Amino acid sequence: MPTVKGDGMRGLAVFISDIRNCKSKEAEIKRINKELANIRSKFKGDKTLDGYQKKKYVCKLLFIFLLGHDIDFGHMEAVNLLSSNKYTEKQIGYLFISVLVGASSDLMKLVIQSIKNDLVSRNPIHINLALHCMANVGSREMADSVGGDIPKLLTSGETIDSVKQSAGLTLLRLQRSSPEMIPLGEWTSRIIHLLNDQHMGVVTSATSLIEALVRKNPEEYKSCVSLAVSRLSRIVTASYTDLQDYTYYFVPAPWLSVKLLRLLQNYPPPEDASVRTRLTECLETILNKAQEPPKSKKVQHSNAKNAVLFEAINLIIHMDSDPNLLVRACNQLGQFLQHKETNLRYLALESMCLLATSEFSHEAVKKHQDTVITALKTERDVSVRQRAVDLLYAMCDRSNAEEIVGEMLEYLESADYSIREEMVLKVAILAEKYAVDYTWYVDVILNLIRIAGDYVSEEVWYRVIQIVINRDDVQGYAAKTVFEALQAPACHENMVKVGGYILGEFGNLIAGDPRSSPLVQFQLLHSKYHLCSPNTRGLLLSTYIKFINLFPEIKSSIQEILGSDNNLRNPDVELQQRCIEYLQLSTVASPDVLATVLEEMPPFPERESSILAKLKKKKPTATAEGGEEKEKEQRTIPQAQVNNAEPSAPAPLPTVNNLNTAPSGGSSGGAVVDLLGLDTAPAPAAPASSGLNFLADVFGDQPATNGVDDDALTPGAEENFKKFFCKQNGVLFENDLLQIGIKAEYRQNLARVGVFFGNKTTFQFTNFTSNLVLADSIKSAVSVQPKAVEPVVEGGAQVQQLFNIECVDSFSEAPLLKISFTHTSQVQKLNLKLPVIISKFLEPAEMNSEAFFTRWKALSQPDQECQKIFKAQFPQDTEQVKQKVLGFGLSILQGIDPNPDNFVSSAILHTRNQQVGCLVRLEPNKQMQMYRLTIRSTKPEISKALGDLLETQF
Amino acid sequence: MMQFMLLFSRQGKLRLQKWFSAYPDRAKKKITRELITLVLARKPKMCSFLEWKDLKIVYKRYASLYFCCAIERDDNELLTLETIHRYVELLDKYFGSVCELDIIFNFEKAYFMLDEFLLGGEVQETSKKNVLKAIAAQDLLQEEETPQGFFEDHGLG
Repeated sequence: MPTVKGDGMRGLAVFISDIRNCKSKEAEIKRINKELANIRSKFKGDKTLDGYQKKKYVCKLLFIFLLGHDIDFGHMEAVNLLSSNKYTEKQIGYLFISVLVGASSDLMKLVIQSIKNDLVSRNPIHINLALHCMANVGSREMADSVGGDIPKLLTSGETIDSVKQSAGLTLLRLQRSSPEMIPLGEWTSRIIHLLNDQHMGVVTSATSLIEALVRKNPEEYKSCVSLAVSRLSRIVTASYTDLQDYTYYFVPAPWLSVKLLRLLQNYPPPEDASVRTRLTECLETILNKAQEPPKSKKVQHSNAKNAVLFEAINLIIHMDSDPNLLVRACNQLGQFLQHKETNLRYLALESMCLLATSEFSHEAVKKHQDTVITALKTERDVSVRQRAVDLLYAMCDRSNAEEIVGEMLEYLESADYSIREEMVLKVAILAEKYAVDYTWYVDVILNLIRIAGDYVSEEVWYRVIQIVINRDDVQGYAAKTVFEALQAPACHENMVKVGGYILGEFGNLIAGDPRSSPLVQFQLLHSKYHLCSPNTRGLLLSTYIKFINLFPEIKSSIQEILGSDNNLRNPDVELQQRCIEYLQLSTVASPDVLATVLEEMPPFPERESSILAKLKKKKPTATAEGGEEKEKEQRTIPQAQVNNAEPSAPAPLPTVNNLNTAPSGGSSGGAVVDLLGLDTAPAPAAPASSGLNFLADVFGDQPATNGVDDDALTPGAEENFKKFFCKQNGVLFENDLLQIGIKAEYRQNLARVGVFFGNKTTFQFTNFTSNLVLADSIKSAVSVQPKAVEPVVEGGAQVQQLFNIECVDSFSEAPLLKISFTHTSQVQKLNLKLPVIISKFLEPAEMNSEAFFTRWKALSQPDQECQKIFKAQFPQDTEQVKQKVLGFGLSILQGIDPNPDNFVSSAILHTRNQQVGCLVRLEPNKQMQMYRLTIRSTKPEISKALGDLLETQF
Repeated sequence: MMQFMLLFSRQGKLRLQKWFSAYPDRAKKKITRELITLVLARKPKMCSFLEWKDLKIVYKRYASLYFCCAIERDDNELLTLETIHRYVELLDKYFGSVCELDIIFNFEKAYFMLDEFLLGGEVQETSKKNVLKAIAAQDLLQEEETPQGFFEDHGLG
């Protein structure tokens, strides 16, 4: 038995020894029960126990509880100990309460009374016991009844340091559990100034409190930024002897440094230039120190130093504003990628993921691609490999997608089971996102199924089918490839599903080749039929009926299969029904009817990839749960291939649900409408014409659009869009949920457009996506580099999405901003025009009258001029018109037009390919309330585009 | 913030548990079981950090004892390793080369020490001197209070 510190409790030590000597679980339980009986009798006995005995028995109960046994008595005795005037008895009492008494206990009132008494005891050591208990239990009741005294204790000049430290963190705990209970308004300034306290321990504790308060109310605590920066600066520049015991293995105050760096991550880069410079210096110093030779070989030294370094890098990434720091951070992490310490490699991979999302450091991260791929192949710890996968995913872009996807596919063959499913999703997403050539995409997905078929979730194979159906340039290739893949003697059931579906739709595209003639296709599929689950069989049956339409010549072979005993009397009701119905359909329907019912699937509406949604939902349980997660829901048999022939049966693909609600969805394809009868209301021509349809679209669970009007603008979008012709900043859209603001800067042919999404509700938006879609007509004229937005927008929060746009050539259509998100489980979609129009790339030009007329005359070919005569929409106020002309990007040239009411302007249009001079004349006729607008430029399409834009503004 | 800290032996016996947020007893037992299995299964050279549910686990082994902390997403893993180390140093200094048995027999002291070092899941005092001074002050009070029932205190007491 080891020595017991202090006076100890001998009886407790003896009891613990006894327990340890027990040879079996049964013996232990027996011994414990004996002890419990003993304690119970002591507590019940008439003889009053003295404080020491009570303490000892309470402590024994605590020990028994910590062994994992339930304790249902002794609480009252513990509470009695709280009011003892002996410190050790009080201390054990509080310990028992902290460990064993829940916040909801009936005894809490008594406990709180004791806490109150101790808080006013003026004995710091008792005050601290009470504070520790509050911090450990942290109940609302405590916050309510005693919490109000804590801020005073924390900030009073009379309080000793150790009590201040405990008070700070106690207040933090109470704030967390019941934020509204303790109003801190009047204390704000004093709390912030704790950052300046002499005592490092007080600052250490206060910084945590302040960070928590800042998260709730950043504006109120804003002044903490400069104090935190100066405190940090003093620490990082201190020598390791300056801070005495707060230096940890030659690293000055690592805990406080990290807390300060975290505090600063709640704010944007400091506005004040001197504070900002000082912070940059701090961060540079921390980066510099990482390059210095270590002051100690101990791992504690390097851990503490690197802890500060990683936190500094987090701050650099958070600020995302200083390219120099970002690149330095990236280089530093690059060194760690090959460090001998596994922990550092792990963290470097993790941090680099964040760096990869910054536009400044994305390229720098890509330099480490080979190292990361090596890590994926050679790391021995699966959790490190997981990080490598994450990083490859984050650093992937169009330039390296093929290589990264290739490496991930290769690794997948030997990857740990625990991370396979996630990898499959990631590969599928990357392949789709960066596919230039969709045959490559089809190859990748089929490879996924071949290599890791079990981990290919439904979302993945649904998606490949959606894409093949929507892109007619890959349909033939897809049919050929699945046909070849199905030749393998053992192919995965998912391959059979994809193969069945695709051949059912597009088998005709390869039927010309005798090696894949209709009969061969059918026999190949049917050779897999008996090995498949009922789900897949159902799908194959649908393929067969589609074959009857595609290939009438094999109708009899298929009817034979449909009519076989095995199928017609199949114990599986769904299969039986399909066979009967399909057989009947093929017999009674005329070829025309068959062709209509079994027509090729209409394109799927473009939505957010369902795979992406799945990845977002997926929790990082890969390393923890391991093994298999059987969460296969009961699915109905896929039958989407048949255009709604049986409206009662649910469709398998989430995206085709609309087909079953076709009467409201409308225009999903002629076949559906024909089948359901002619009384179906036609789809609304334009959503703007019908407010109700708009509501159904935006607020409905499944938008009532189905591909055709998916691109239609949200009502009001056009009006707001026009407001931006003569200004750069403003509100582009607003409804009850969301406000979208625009802030744009243009320089020559370059634009930097910030789109701000403000969540006006108190609930978060999930699956938030915002994508810029360029119409085919302007794809080559505009180049866009979007930054992704986080999928979650918290209630009340605002997020920014930045687009770097380059004008390559003249264009006449604005890019479409497609936004979609889920709010209180409702899917919301918005289609807005981004006010990036050709006139934004105009630069006003000055010239004298002579130069103007020379050029005007030089541009006299009829197609170089665009003239418009139109009625004034707005009052013809000279000043307002002037502002609009200037806002549009034109100059106002004086003394050229003899009529002073007329406006004459010139400008240069910048595109990457060329610069085009433009001359403009605007003649108001106030009597008629009309305008005549004349534009001349060397390029007819530019004259016209500018004319169309300007016409709307006056 | 740190959510909880668990100390357990190589044999999987829980030696100390500190919960900084309120968890129901049943959840505590389940989490403890899961984590002990998870951490004991890891090989020596492996990374000290792992993702677990929406938390990060940071663990380190000292002789026969594992120290295992659960921290939140944005907490600093490396620093948590040193938080563990500082706690070990404190125990070591106090007990004089601490061993598992010291923590078993003086579990209440281990708790008191932890309360001085971490509070509400955050580091309160990083100075070793200051923490030990606070504990020494407690011990001093303890010695002044003479145990009355000392002589009866044998066997089952």
